[in-house]
Amino acid sequence: MSGLPVLSILILLPAAGAVAVPFLRSRDAVRWFTLLVLLADFLLAVWILAVFDPASAEMQFRETRIWVPALNMGYRLGIDGISVWFVLLTTLLGWICVLASWRAIAERVKEFMTCLLAIQAMMVGVFCALDLVLFYVLWEVMLVPMYLIIGIWGGGSRVYAALKFFLYTLAGSLLFLVGLLALYFAGGRTFDMLALMAVEYPFRLQVWVFLAFLVAFAVKVPMVPVHTWLPDAHVQAPTAGSIILAGVLLKMGAYGFLRFSLPMLPDASQYLAPLMITLSAAAIVYGGLLALAQSDIKKLIAYSSVSHMGFVTLGLFTFEVNGMSGAVIQMFNHGITTGALFLFVGLIYERTHSREIAAYGGMIKAVPLFGVLFAAFLLASMAVPGTNGFIGEILVLAGTFGVSGWAGTAGVLGALIGAAYLLGLYRQFLLGPVKVPEGSVMQDMCRRELACAAPLLLFVFWFGLYPKPFLTILEPSLDHLMTQLAPAGAVQ
Amino acid sequence: MEMTSVTASVLASGPEIIIILAACTVLMLSLLPRPNRRLLAGLSLLMIGLAAGMSFGLVGTPQTVYSGMFAVDPFSTYFKMVLYLGTALTVLMSGGYLATEKAVKGEYYALLLCALAGAMIMVSGTDLVIIYVGLELQALSVYVLVGFLKTHGRSNEAALKYVILGAFSSGLLLFGLSLFYGLAGATQLQALQAALAPGGTSSPLLVLATLFLVIGLLFKIGAVPFHMWVPDIYEGAPSPITGFMAAVGKAAAFAVVLRILMLDLVVLDPVWRSSVAVVAVLTMATGSLAALVQDNIKRMLAYSAVAHAGFLMLGLIAGGTGGLTSVMLYLLIYTFMTLGLFAVVILLNKGAELGEPISAFAGLARSHAGLAAMALVFLFSLAGIPPTGGFFAKFYVLMALIEAGNAELAVIAVLFSAVAAWFYLRIIMLMYMQEAEEPAKIRISPAMQLVLLIALAGTLLTGVLPAWFLGAAQAAAAAGLG
Repeated sequence: MSGLPVLSILILLPAAGAVAVPFLRSRDAVRWFTLLVLLADFLLAVWILAVFDPASAEMQFRETRIWVPALNMGYRLGIDGISVWFVLLTTLLGWICVLASWRAIAERVKEFMTCLLAIQAMMVGVFCALDLVLFYVLWEVMLVPMYLIIGIWGGGSRVYAALKFFLYTLAGSLLFLVGLLALYFAGGRTFDMLALMAVEYPFRLQVWVFLAFLVAFAVKVPMVPVHTWLPDAHVQAPTAGSIILAGVLLKMGAYGFLRFSLPMLPDASQYLAPLMITLSAAAIVYGGLLALAQSDIKKLIAYSSVSHMGFVTLGLFTFEVNGMSGAVIQMFNHGITTGALFLFVGLIYERTHSREIAAYGGMIKAVPLFGVLFAAFLLASMAVPGTNGFIGEILVLAGTFGVSGWAGTAGVLGALIGAAYLLGLYRQFLLGPVKVPEGSVMQDMCRRELACAAPLLLFVFWFGLYPKPFLTILEPSLDHLMTQLAPAGAVQ
Repeated sequence: MEMTSVTASVLASGPEIIIILAACTVLMLSLLPRPNRRLLAGLSLLMIGLAAGMSFGLVGTPQTVYSGMFAVDPFSTYFKMVLYLGTALTVLMSGGYLATEKAVKGEYYALLLCALAGAMIMVSGTDLVIIYVGLELQALSVYVLVGFLKTHGRSNEAALKYVILGAFSSGLLLFGLSLFYGLAGATQLQALQAALAPGGTSSPLLVLATLFLVIGLLFKIGAVPFHMWVPDIYEGAPSPITGFMAAVGKAAAFAVVLRILMLDLVVLDPVWRSSVAVVAVLTMATGSLAALVQDNIKRMLAYSAVAHAGFLMLGLIAGGTGGLTSVMLYLLIYTFMTLGLFAVVILLNKGAELGEPISAFAGLARSHAGLAAMALVFLFSLAGIPPTGGFFAKFYVLMALIEAGNAELAVIAVLFSAVAAWFYLRIIMLMYMQEAEEPAKIRISPAMQLVLLIALAGTLLTGVLPAWFLGAAQAAAAAGLG
């Protein structure tokens, strides 16, 4: 490929933007500047996808610089057919967040945009990192801007929610740190992820490290029973915070399983798969039931995330090609769909300042454009055929039934519960006589808001109707992952 | 002693001599009518710089002088650099604080330099008596400095408590040393090691001597259960002195501990190692948990210092070059971040008699965005969040622990780190997520700007590009062990 350090540019562009923002004068200048930087970053990610070699399972666009030679720590970057999609997702949601916050954030705009730019640099970095310490550093430092976004610009009990988010995730990631140090010493004293993947670790060590990683990743996904920070964080976070949280941060837990647990600890993964499948099935059903009981729209979507992310972890631990590719697709789709749902909730909240589902009715008549688009994303979240959600869930379920009948049944049950609460929301919110909370100014979507929704809608139907390009790029990397899992011998 | 060895000895102890001469000069200058505070501070800084230059010049020729009582080796030079840094930052921070408190006196700088000289002798001493002399010189100077705000009750109370407890712990230490002398007939560490070679003696007296020595040292580093003095004295002392004690005092005490452990003087049997592990865990737990409920920022930082001491002790348990390096690196990074935060505390000070409530931080992000952002970096560094130095410091300790096969301790350590993050976050919440009753009006003098800048640069550089600092610590540790 070209000699340019493309991934570094992708990471450093928003980082440089974050440094530059405090020097801008007016609020509008800050907004436009951030938008342009993040759009440029997105276009670069699109270009990377366009020139990405879909036939190869190798890491592409690799960069290696020495960081701390004494510890064999490096600034190592590269992406494969899996991470390239998450880079795209992150950069796409990045500029959408700016647009979504255009009017909603009127206080301390500079600081807010600095946080958005910084977190984008870190998130892209996490998906590109090929060095354990680099990954860890970015993974953990990401908490800081997110903590500030929730804590400064969030709702009524934002401080509590921000703190809970921070401490949960921190406790998890510190155990991850201990685990990765154990791998470092067992794997020949290097933090190079590719080198560490080639090592076969003793079984006992694998199990311990797997459990340490599990805590970190499970908190991030989040899996039951460590999901309780999520509803608080989502409800209190400003719209952009919710979009980033649901769209990208939750993916990182699953990405961690995909990038570390499965290829580095294949024996422990096989050994503990029943545990993982049980936890996932529990998350699907329990998260769904919780969502069913919510009267706050943001909480409902938050719990639906727990349920939908359960499908991801379920698919990953089937060790079967359908299940795993379904899981990756579900990760990407969940980012698009749930990101969009939080966006729409944010838009309506700006107008009405209420999140009570019961306070609404007949939105499809009151604000038709908004109503129709919101309906489309609700259906996608419900995994109606023709939308992106369908492809992911059906592949996961197909994979699961081959491995565990009861987990597959739980998955189907979860999908049914999902239909129940999403249709319930659909009926109450969109249909019936027009009802809006008092004191609200109803306007249909403006061009800025349409610009946020359009690309997300495009992905919903593109992947729903023609997922082949996605699968083509994904396949070689997934096959490679399957071979890394294979030498463990078939336990199932 | 031959003439040449006298010359060599004097030359090798040049940095200490410079600092002591500087202390005398400053003391005499302060006798002039209307002493100029800028002149005294400037002179102190200049002499510290000169001593640092000389230490740097001596680094190429490691030697033991004064008949084997005083070592000038990479180990001591590394620590001296930390001490110079900590003292210089303290001097820079002090001017404004003393002016606010109307306590400008020349003795302040003279005592600070004396304390530095004591600390330097501690890190260079290879003889129990020399180490003790350095320790007492440092401690006596700090006793006076703690009580320097003589019109304030809290400052007086702290000084009195510190004198009593400090003298008590010095007594224990001295008693331990005298037992060692009785057992081995020598006070030099090398000679002691030879006399008490592993397997040689295991008399109850040796156990007793070791116990007294260890307890004395635990007192000095503020480890549980000998930490009671820390919060009271940190709270009552003038803030720059609190910073000085946290950074310089701790570094010197740990240097002594390392020096003694390095020589394998105390037979490191499993019992000893596991009891230190228990103390370390208790220290971390007490520090982290007690800090959660403090409303005075200096008291909170005192408990945070206790927690950090516990973390440092884990490096001791890890042992070997890795453990030694981790402790040395940690102390350097700790100097940057803790003094940086103390600089912010001093800037927020409206008068020591009012105390330093945590609520003073409220709304700082709105009134002084830059200062709040710097405080944010120091706090996240103390909490061990990357990419700051505090993260790398903890990272390296954990690394040494796991290398030594102590993964359980590493897990306990990270859990307490998560607890500790809470009280640092509390301040960040105040700064960023609450409004002040009346916005603070702070003028940051050039000296303070310099302190903040150095501390910030150090905190970030040690986190982002740690290779150079790690190399320096590793070289010093390896030379020390070799």
